[in-house]
Amino acid sequence: MKNGILTFNSMPSIHSAGVTAGPLEKKKSVFAQSFDKLYEDERCDLPTNEDGHKQLMYDAVMVALSKAKKDVEKIDFFLTGDLVNQMTPSNFTAQALGIPYLGMFSACATSVSSMITAALLAEAKQANWLIAGSSSQHNAVERQFRYPLEYGTQKAATAQWTVTAAGAVLIGQNKPGTPSISCATIGKVVDMGMTDPLNMGAAMAPAAMSTLSSHLNGHSKTVDDYDTIITGDLGSSGFKLLKALANEQGLPHTKNFRDAGEEFYGMDPSFFAGASGAGCSAAVFFSDVYQKLQKGEYQRVLLIATGALLSPLSYQQGDTIPCIAHAIEISINEVSMI
Amino acid sequence: MISIYITSFIVGGLICVIGQLLMDVAKLTPAHTLCSLVVAGSVLDGIGWYEPLIDFAGAGATIPITSFGNSLTHGALAEAEKHGLIGVVTGMFEVTSSGISAAIVFGLIGALLFTSKGNV
Repeated sequence: MKNGILTFNSMPSIHSAGVTAGPLEKKKSVFAQSFDKLYEDERCDLPTNEDGHKQLMYDAVMVALSKAKKDVEKIDFFLTGDLVNQMTPSNFTAQALGIPYLGMFSACATSVSSMITAALLAEAKQANWLIAGSSSQHNAVERQFRYPLEYGTQKAATAQWTVTAAGAVLIGQNKPGTPSISCATIGKVVDMGMTDPLNMGAAMAPAAMSTLSSHLNGHSKTVDDYDTIITGDLGSSGFKLLKALANEQGLPHTKNFRDAGEEFYGMDPSFFAGASGAGCSAAVFFSDVYQKLQKGEYQRVLLIATGALLSPLSYQQGDTIPCIAHAIEISINEVSMI
Repeated sequence: MISIYITSFIVGGLICVIGQLLMDVAKLTPAHTLCSLVVAGSVLDGIGWYEPLIDFAGAGATIPITSFGNSLTHGALAEAEKHGLIGVVTGMFEVTSSGISAAIVFGLIGALLFTSKGNV
């Protein structure tokens, strides 16, 4: 296979998942019941937002490991990322865990890019056990990409709300009856010339569409092969745009489409167009979607995480916002080919 | 008596409408909007239009940030008359020093007493 199209013949399994989230998510997220650990304090009772950010990721890993009854020492690789400068929350989590670590950056698409990399390492038999995931913390990320909270700036209706959440999955060799990774598609960077960081959904929707169509073409699949096709954090405005693009490109219907960002806060208008952040897709994919796969409500799903590849400096200098989307197919009860 | 409340409400409101339009329509950042209004107030005082506006609208013209620009120019011009060119430099902060000092002092008190919090 080529051109970003990947097939995993050994079908690495996702043995367990852990999701942590902050106090606002505990109160307002429709998925709060599915999350594993929720905090009463937005900084996890630590001095800084970044300390809290690190704790979110650390605890998500620990939850995933304890569910699978695995020790940290048994893990071969830790692949994760976040949105803070130089990814210090992920780096510091890796230091605390002591697992060989590769920092992954695909902005909010990191949940899927880290899973794809983990699956490749498992497929190549270079690892028995891997942790993949991503995280974001509202205060730390808003400060960096938009304005410090103290500034109390106004937001547009198309703006999205960075979630305080982290998700981690334990990936290993195939185990029948466990959600397993059968194929994936690495996306291309798409830039439609959008410049407004308060309308990332519209910037990311064309990237999601590009990856969706190359996935369907590259793997000879149709929309109907999936119980759901769930995007990461397009938000309500971006998700509407994706469905319009899909119809335009001849996809017959979009009724099995979901968007984690739109659903995250239950369409509450105080969160504008919905949720975003590297933790958004991770939290929903690794809780709601994973649990529905385990229960058999879903047989095969396509996760498409979307990321806006901007920096605060790049948009201040007037650059447009390039975006990326990566797709991964997860199914249950399909027999591995080797 | 009542009419000054109405005119100040309308004029102050209109200045804020301009600020909102700068953000929503012209897509200026909050910092750019702030600076534009300060410069506008400063220029308006330079050509002698801001004082009549204050006489007409009272607090409607002195509360918005444009008034800070007005005060900068006002102080500079007043001192320049007395001391020449050097007065432009010394005068700018003469009228505005109370506002700037208040911002520093209350900022300090706020920072000492409170920690920022998200919308939880």
